[in-house]
Amino acid sequence: MEIRIDSVSHSYGSVEVLSDISVEISSGLIICLVGPSGCGKSTLLRFLGGLELPTDGRILQIGEPPKDSLNPLTFVFQDFALLPWRTVSGNISLVLEDHKIRGKEAKEIIDDVLTRTKLKDFSSALPKQLSGGMKQRVAIARALAVNPAVMLMDEPLSALDAQTRELLMEDLVNLWSRQPFTAVYVTHNLAEAVRLGHRVIVLSRRPGQVREIVEIDTPLDKRTVGDVQLEQIQQKLWNLMRDEARAADEELVNV
Amino acid sequence: MSDMNAIRLQENYLPSQNPVAYRGGGFSTIPLRWVGFVVFAVVLFIAEWGTRAGWISALTLPRPYEVLITFQNLYTSGLLFDHLFPSLSRLFMGALIGVTSGISIGVLIGLFSYVRAGLVPVVAAIFPIPKIALLPLFVIWFGIGEGSKYALIAFGTFTPTVVATYGAVDNVDRTLIRMGQSFGLSWFSIVRKIVLPGAMPGILSGLRISLAIAIILLVAAEMLGAEFGIGAYILEAGSLYDLERLFAGVVILSILGVLVSAALGVLERRILAWRI
Repeated sequence: MEIRIDSVSHSYGSVEVLSDISVEISSGLIICLVGPSGCGKSTLLRFLGGLELPTDGRILQIGEPPKDSLNPLTFVFQDFALLPWRTVSGNISLVLEDHKIRGKEAKEIIDDVLTRTKLKDFSSALPKQLSGGMKQRVAIARALAVNPAVMLMDEPLSALDAQTRELLMEDLVNLWSRQPFTAVYVTHNLAEAVRLGHRVIVLSRRPGQVREIVEIDTPLDKRTVGDVQLEQIQQKLWNLMRDEARAADEELVNV
Repeated sequence: MSDMNAIRLQENYLPSQNPVAYRGGGFSTIPLRWVGFVVFAVVLFIAEWGTRAGWISALTLPRPYEVLITFQNLYTSGLLFDHLFPSLSRLFMGALIGVTSGISIGVLIGLFSYVRAGLVPVVAAIFPIPKIALLPLFVIWFGIGEGSKYALIAFGTFTPTVVATYGAVDNVDRTLIRMGQSFGLSWFSIVRKIVLPGAMPGILSGLRISLAIAIILLVAAEMLGAEFGIGAYILEAGSLYDLERLFAGVVILSILGVLVSAALGVLERRILAWRI
């Protein structure tokens, strides 16, 4: 299944946030959306997941999602969005219960995703007992449990410290290498973008438009910290973004 | 290197070494359970001492010891339970009706714009009515028996419960609701598994207020057509100016309040164990 963003524009009142965006989300790749703050990248992601409607344009789903996909478009949120009153396995079973998956069948899925995210020993812990990195791994496990066709990741590592972020990026690379998934990954961190993205879409400042699309050919598991080619790409991305970011930073916010 | 030397040089010229003054204390409370008991004991002691020595006249305050004797008589004569059971059942039934309808209406106000627009002004209008003033009306509507007493307590607990509940529903983390929607959970699932548990802390702290109000209204409810009941007992003692009995009754209400609050504390610790 693929997704096409078809000339999407959006305004909040008189403020235009996104202007005529057209992008293809191809299957099996991680697409990174970067841009200065306020450029509407998270809004675009909410359009993709059907949580908000654009004022203009359409989001098209091309082809049918796989039969075994319970929730084709699945979010991973920046602030984890775990239910604090449910345990780790309870949080995952939450998204299965509505699909009438209970008991043994649910346990199998939960065990599988917790193993894949290295959380097997914490299945009965409450979110308050977990570190930030573990909470986000639970959220990723929950997303994996519904077998998404496209994962929509909204700055999933932004609330974490640098070390944890590094570890979780490795986890994501491992997850993808073992079983490629499609993802749209919103971030303002260019290091994350060059580390995880097969394709990086740079948006301009508000109103957000596609500035450039950068393809990165190095396979995910071959990307290392300090790779010269990646450094160059990151530098190029920063050059593209610097002026936009500065201008965006100096704009008055009239919202 | 030269920077380090400069710093070292400076240090050599600083003669005195004082610890940095601590100024971070205060502004946080620690649980000190015994202090409450000490305060009670001191107050009782002063009352006892004053009434015995005569600098508190018997007209202004009964002797705590006499109150204790009265209470003991009440207990041995079996009258205590004759008064307590009707009161407890009125309290229970009235609060049950008021709290369940309050939580239901509060959740509906929290979830539906039309219900909110329609009922919030109504609730605001009936909140400040002194419910005691409506007792004669309730007697006409629900009869002189138990009905009017349930109605008064239910009505009194209803409004604070509604306000607390819809406030609590409003405060449920929107990102959690969004998460539920993004995973395709049904509306009913989101309400049952996300909104209600998320509103629980607010609902329970609203219950503390509602149930205290229920105890206050118990006395009012037993003003008309009640032979037995703590409230009736207190009102009778009051009209006879029997201070010992009056205070014995008041103490029972206080104990009732403490017990309800303790029970809610236990409930909170069990239901809200997930909180930090």
